[in-house]
Amino acid sequence: MSVDIDNVKKISKLSKISLSENEIEKFLTDLNQIIGWVDQLTEVDTEKVAPTFSSFGAEEGIKKRSDIISDGGYREDVISNAPKSEEGFFLVPKVID
Amino acid sequence: MVVKMSNLVTGKTGDWEIVIGIEVHAQIISQSKLFSGSSTSFGSEHNTQVSFVDAGMPGMLPVINSVCVEQAVKTGLGLNAKINKFSIFDRKNYFYPDLPQGYQISQFEQPIVGEGKVVIDLEKGVEKEVRIERLHLEQDAGKSMHDQHPSYSYVDLNRSGVALMEIVSMPDMSSAEEAQAYIKKLRNIMKYLQTCDGNMEEGSLRADINVSVRKPGDELGTRCEIKNVNSIKFIGQAIEYEAKRQVDLIEKGEVIKQQTRLFDPKKGQTRSMRSKEEAHDYRYFPDPDLLPLTFTDEFIEGIRKTLPELPDIRRKRLVEDFDLSPYDAGILVSDKETADFFEIASKDSNSKLVCNWIVGELFSTLNKSNKTIQESPVTPENLGKLINLIDDGTITGRIAKDVFEIMIESGDNPVSIVDSNDMRQVSDEGELESIIEKIIQSNPDQVKSLEEKPNLMGWFVGQVMKETQGKANPKSVNELLNKKLLK
Amino acid sequence: MTSLTELCLYEARDGLKNKSFSTKDLILDHIDAMESSRKLNAFITETPEIALKSADLSDDNYANNTNRPLEGLPLGVKDMFCTKGVLTTASSKMLSNFIPPYESTVTDNLWNNGAILLGKLNNDEFTMGSSNETSFFGSVINPWKKNDKQAELVPGGSSGGSAASVAAKVGVGSLGTDTGGSIRQPASFTGTVGLKPTYGRCSRWGIIAFASSLDQAGPITRNVKDNAILLNSMCSHDPKDTTSSLKEIPNFESSLGKSIKGLKVGIPREFFQDGMSDEIIKMWDNGKEWLKNAGAEIIEISLPNTKYALPCYYIIAPAEASSNLARYDGVRFGHSISSNDINEMYELTRSDGFGDEVKRRIMIGTYVLSSGYYDAYYLKAQKVRSLISKDYSEAFNKVDVMLTPSTPNSAFELNEKCDDPLSMYLNDVFTVPINIAGLPAISIPSSKDKVGLPLGLQLIGKPFDEETLYSFANIIEESSNFESLDDKWWLK
Repeated sequence: MSVDIDNVKKISKLSKISLSENEIEKFLTDLNQIIGWVDQLTEVDTEKVAPTFSSFGAEEGIKKRSDIISDGGYREDVISNAPKSEEGFFLVPKVID
Repeated sequence: MVVKMSNLVTGKTGDWEIVIGIEVHAQIISQSKLFSGSSTSFGSEHNTQVSFVDAGMPGMLPVINSVCVEQAVKTGLGLNAKINKFSIFDRKNYFYPDLPQGYQISQFEQPIVGEGKVVIDLEKGVEKEVRIERLHLEQDAGKSMHDQHPSYSYVDLNRSGVALMEIVSMPDMSSAEEAQAYIKKLRNIMKYLQTCDGNMEEGSLRADINVSVRKPGDELGTRCEIKNVNSIKFIGQAIEYEAKRQVDLIEKGEVIKQQTRLFDPKKGQTRSMRSKEEAHDYRYFPDPDLLPLTFTDEFIEGIRKTLPELPDIRRKRLVEDFDLSPYDAGILVSDKETADFFEIASKDSNSKLVCNWIVGELFSTLNKSNKTIQESPVTPENLGKLINLIDDGTITGRIAKDVFEIMIESGDNPVSIVDSNDMRQVSDEGELESIIEKIIQSNPDQVKSLEEKPNLMGWFVGQVMKETQGKANPKSVNELLNKKLLK
Repeated sequence: MTSLTELCLYEARDGLKNKSFSTKDLILDHIDAMESSRKLNAFITETPEIALKSADLSDDNYANNTNRPLEGLPLGVKDMFCTKGVLTTASSKMLSNFIPPYESTVTDNLWNNGAILLGKLNNDEFTMGSSNETSFFGSVINPWKKNDKQAELVPGGSSGGSAASVAAKVGVGSLGTDTGGSIRQPASFTGTVGLKPTYGRCSRWGIIAFASSLDQAGPITRNVKDNAILLNSMCSHDPKDTTSSLKEIPNFESSLGKSIKGLKVGIPREFFQDGMSDEIIKMWDNGKEWLKNAGAEIIEISLPNTKYALPCYYIIAPAEASSNLARYDGVRFGHSISSNDINEMYELTRSDGFGDEVKRRIMIGTYVLSSGYYDAYYLKAQKVRSLISKDYSEAFNKVDVMLTPSTPNSAFELNEKCDDPLSMYLNDVFTVPINIAGLPAISIPSSKDKVGLPLGLQLIGKPFDEETLYSFANIIEESSNFESLDDKWWLK
């Protein structure tokens, strides 16, 4: 399958990375090359194969936590790297619903 | 155009059916969040219940809360649903300031709970089954405030990461009443199970209502989703408005655009949400930081054993054990605390009378003072005692109302109120006879008029009551008056 | 007087224990070496004050006999590990001002064992790269040079700074991360020993995530013994990381010198590539000989789906990365460009904060997860992943380890490959399948090519069997007599 300009524009929007006209051209070429290369996976017969989503042995199973309050309560640290904050809130440009 | 609070909307071109499906987001009752150890308590100072995991900082990882998992399984069982022994957490990817990781951990194709059903209670004892499609676990988002500053929105992540159960119904509802009954039932079940406190004002229960219309027999119409409606009353208003809006548009020849809308309670209207206008491609994929959730049959049975008695079962039991009508029992169980109150009050008292007093006097009092039954100034034990005083003739029904008023003010028990205020019923025939004689003697004209106006008997009764400060036994008074005056 | 930096990890450890010198002296020499090696651009942030302060504490501990396993030993840490209070950048403009208020579990384990932070090491931006040329802070230069040539070479990537610093003897070891070969490939290019542990051995908590199902932290050192010692302090079960293993952590150092008699070594025929250079073939043959001489049996095996590992990886890793990097939006930390509109803020911040390779991978990742493409790409890749894992688990029924070259070539020149992303990806052909299967693997310097550049042999082990890897690695190291770098041209 080949990647077209609309794909690139859609991806750029979904991933919130804006691209100049030049960049769109360049990424279009790169993406086509890479996607064309990964397309070789279609050669593999995977009809009866179940996907693996983690390389970690399923035997240990999902580990859970008990329901106690063990975190939070350090607002200063959480806000410490915020580019814009005010009175303990994160600030973002006004969002209108 | 007429909109009936019934299942059909009448438009210019005939009758239309409303098709409603509801997605409920219910916050799970737990101490800490779904994937982090931060507190979930409501109303705390902003950003004080936020860990580095909740804030989506670099390198942070989710770890699931075992109690949240149990609560979801419990709720699934309460909805008569299938518990899936294998389920997966997926990432739902999109950008929004209240979503710190840039994705929400949710469940997509393999949720923790599958199909189930709920029986909803409509007017006149009518019941209807609403099917549940699924229930899944997901993270709640933070909150943005848009009115604190002219050019900025303020973001508070306290709520970010709180455990939610998303319960999706099939589009089985066809009116605002049914939708409201569904939400009430769902909320009640979760309150009984103590898996969600159902508090819509605080946002622990939110509903997204999907509404479409069609001519009876037609294919399903395009639906619009009304997001985050947070009161039962607004749900009814939103559905009515939206159904009407859609019928109007279609009858004008326009096409319904699939949209996400918001309900504005001040205007009573729905409007399109600007930010959600573009279709989202959420690119769901299994979260690689979490392994699949698996259950054994023993685990599920273990949870089943801990389930409390659910509303439908409780209603049956109240009908059988307390000799109530299904309708009355239904009113009592529709709120778990009311049913609890009833059972304590009726323990040693006439259950029918108790029920009447709860649904009558008590509810009226609570409504006036805007209190819940948990905040009732009259304890269930004391109500029971009051009913006993009426039942055994110690006080009249009329006096009981006065006693009740005093109980509300003071919180005292009725026996001491009756004693200290000398409110006992006067049943002594001799005493009543002499009072009646006195009245007959003092009012010869009334006695004479009685022949033409038999209703004047009521006046005599009233006089006796006045003389006895309402304490006269009404039955005895009636008998004696009849004997003396109707010769 | 010879600098104390000449001492490797265990030599420095023993020297400190024997009180042959103080921690302070050791640290001062390493700080000096760090400052004099700036031409290599291996460090993004140097932390001499922290190091000296820690040195005092270590000296006290040695005096009171309360010294811990890594007491006083200076280490460089790849700038993907969050270090509390110390700038952590992921070698990206996006985090060029990020000071984490928390410490990663792995580095916390090291500091609790007495190790000392020398500085934060340069790497490919967000670990995306195989040459350390995508860093916002400039490329790292390989301390090795081709015989009589001046050309600057790449150290490999993404853990280029980690490998280069160890090769230059700055720090007695370093921490790297390996998602597709990012420890083993630079180790091979720089003549150092680099191990990627089994997925789940080391906690990922506090390590800036690239591809969550593939990332693993690992040690890069001058020799095998150092590597085993360092790994022991890094591993732990971490309840904050659901994918962290509960398996017991053995003493890795004690597996050195264990006999490999009777054990079987698998040689995967699919790793034999067309056009493979003579030097690599010869090195591989030597490796087989050495292990045979030590009593192991050499067996040819087949891993039929090997050739699909790279394309499989270049679907899965970018997909996970595209999601992991969504948090970099300029709101709560990191680079941020203002705007009146939130979407514009996101776009400006991310377009300006990320370099080209990162953007490329985010876009590939977004594409393969997007509606209409998910089944054909992402789901397909995860199925191929199952097949690759199965190849290895079946082969490991017949053998105990596998032997392959680490890389298809030695270090290339700076700027030689950066215009062709695909050719850059092919560098990882021997290392990537191991990450997909979650297995442990180690690269040991084993020979030099015609122009004097290091080449490494890779050993692949069964899940959680780093011990056998170390036993075998030890044999290879002893047999190869690899001569480490002696020309410190950057000092001139």
